[in-house]
Amino acid sequence: MSNIEIMNLWKVFGNNPEIVFEPDNINKSRSEIQDEFNQVVALRNVNLSINPGETFVVMGLSGSGKSTLVRALIRLIAPTSGSILINDQDILQYNTQELENFRRHTVAMVFQHFGLFPHRTVLENAAYGLEVQKIDEETRNAKAMEVLDLVGLSGWESSYPSELSGGMQQRVGIARALAVDPEILLMDEPFSGLDPLIRRQMRIELKKLQQTIKKTIVFITHDLDEAITVGDRIAIMRDGEVTQIGSPEEIVTNPANSFVEEFTFDIPKTRVTSVSNIMIEPTSKDFDRRYMVTPESLVEDMIPLVLETGDPIPVVDSKDELVGIVPQEKILELVALSARQEYSQ
Amino acid sequence: MSTTTKKQNYSLFGIVPITPTIIKYIIGVIVFALAMGVSWLIHFLKINQATDFPINFSSPVTNGIDDFVDYLVINYSWMFDWVSDQIKILVGKIRDFLIWVPWPVTILAITFIGWKVATRNVGIGSCIALLLLASFNLWESAMITIAIMSIAVLLSVSIGIPVGILAASNNRFESILKPILDGMQTMPSFVYLIPGIMFFGLGNVAAILATVLYAIPPCIRLTNLGIRQVDIAVVEAGTAFGSNTMQLLTKVQIPMAIPTIMAGINQTVMMALAMVTIAAMVGAGGLGADVLLAMGQLEQGDAVISGLGIVVLAIVIDRISQGYINNRNQTTSIE
Repeated sequence: MSNIEIMNLWKVFGNNPEIVFEPDNINKSRSEIQDEFNQVVALRNVNLSINPGETFVVMGLSGSGKSTLVRALIRLIAPTSGSILINDQDILQYNTQELENFRRHTVAMVFQHFGLFPHRTVLENAAYGLEVQKIDEETRNAKAMEVLDLVGLSGWESSYPSELSGGMQQRVGIARALAVDPEILLMDEPFSGLDPLIRRQMRIELKKLQQTIKKTIVFITHDLDEAITVGDRIAIMRDGEVTQIGSPEEIVTNPANSFVEEFTFDIPKTRVTSVSNIMIEPTSKDFDRRYMVTPESLVEDMIPLVLETGDPIPVVDSKDELVGIVPQEKILELVALSARQEYSQ
Repeated sequence: MSTTTKKQNYSLFGIVPITPTIIKYIIGVIVFALAMGVSWLIHFLKINQATDFPINFSSPVTNGIDDFVDYLVINYSWMFDWVSDQIKILVGKIRDFLIWVPWPVTILAITFIGWKVATRNVGIGSCIALLLLASFNLWESAMITIAIMSIAVLLSVSIGIPVGILAASNNRFESILKPILDGMQTMPSFVYLIPGIMFFGLGNVAAILATVLYAIPPCIRLTNLGIRQVDIAVVEAGTAFGSNTMQLLTKVQIPMAIPTIMAGINQTVMMALAMVTIAAMVGAGGLGADVLLAMGQLEQGDAVISGLGIVVLAIVIDRISQGYINNRNQTTSIE
């Protein structure tokens, strides 16, 4: 059961999108179609299924169609063909009333340029989605205060957006989206307008927040580093097509083509490889509790432990059972591989 | 380099270098000379078809308009009379009220309003300006002008803003409206007096109709513009949270367009004041009538004083409303 099922989705910008679907043209490349017919293929036969509760990252460079995709999910743009099933209903078939309800209850969006209402206070901004649902002022303000607290903005509720820093403005954006308690959260490059330091901090906070709210998140970014930090799975898009879908580890260790490889080049393998992938059978039942790790943790997190102990690192699962050990050579191997990547640049 | 040295070799009378601009002027002079030559020839040869236009549509068209207006006035006079009566009563009431309020009360009130909504200096300035008006015996005329003007502004705004909102939400309506507004704004202001007299005869009502027609375009235009230039990202955010068209308009677009709409209202007020003055020619009372009367009786002094009174009144109204707009924009922190 998946929460979002995107099937054969196409979006063609131009005055005659039908021409792209003619048998002679359907296999032509994006640039050929643009040159011959002056139509821009923004999405080409996109198929994705996104699971409930997962953070799904769509990554690509500008012009790859990633923003078009996320906008299609809330119908800010109308796709040319295909279907988007959300909770088994094709949102592309919705009439105005159904679409309004869908936007009010099921899905909420966080925008790259925040899209805050400058004439409304932080509280009124956060409560907007509820106000549109005609929920009474007391209830919606209480809910808005709650989500503002969740994103760390208590005490700012009567300020105006222009009085806040970029990072804080985006927190308002996130609070506004969370206030309606949507099933799905769409985030269109939410942190790319922020300073690098704030950006990193926001990623970590989002990750923490996700552990409490457990929403289905569709996260758009052009930054692989960001994709790996926040994403459970990543889809890489290029020229309107999805080139690869996989976990961060799969993408980095096993890129589908040279394009993805180039992207992933400067991501150290230690950052994405989980311990379970390099552990070997334990030799004895005893282990040193001071240095143990879980199978899901990243190799990167193990490096400081290696510096402290000379022995292999024990891997212990949630049932407190020893499932494997990681010898130091294995870790060094990965570190060396990452280092070689960096030097060869 | 070679072309520039070449150009320097050619020149008129050895002083004016021949450049493309000079050539354009020379062509212009030649064309003008030719036109004058042809005109002289026509008069010399007495070609009548070229001196008097051979066709004249004027009389059938003017007759048609006469008939149409007659038809309207005869068949719908009850409506025009009713509208006329209502407006007359309203103007009379406002005028009587403004004159009934003793001058110190009015001046103090305006000073206070100026101080509060604009700045302290605007308040003090308004006080001095109004004292001047009163001391030159222009008080009653000024109040009449304000009475007529406020009715006209009220009508302009209550028609202009909805029309502007409609234009902002409908591209086709806007494309029809734009040339009409352009036409209205290029027309000389006297032309607006004509429909008023046709339907309502001489008096304040005709003046108000003319004023509304003259003052409404900026209100429509800036309402339309203000709504259209609301940041598309913000409108999109509003849409994404499931706002319907009406909610988007009332909760996002109009509030964000308020500074621009206010600027439109300010322009409407100023234009209304200008027109109310001119409308003295169709019988509107007030400062404009004073100027007209004084000019007619060759009382230059009175004419100048009444004219200056209009200027002073305009400055007071403009300063207070501008100050209000500026203050409002600052406090709501709209970037």
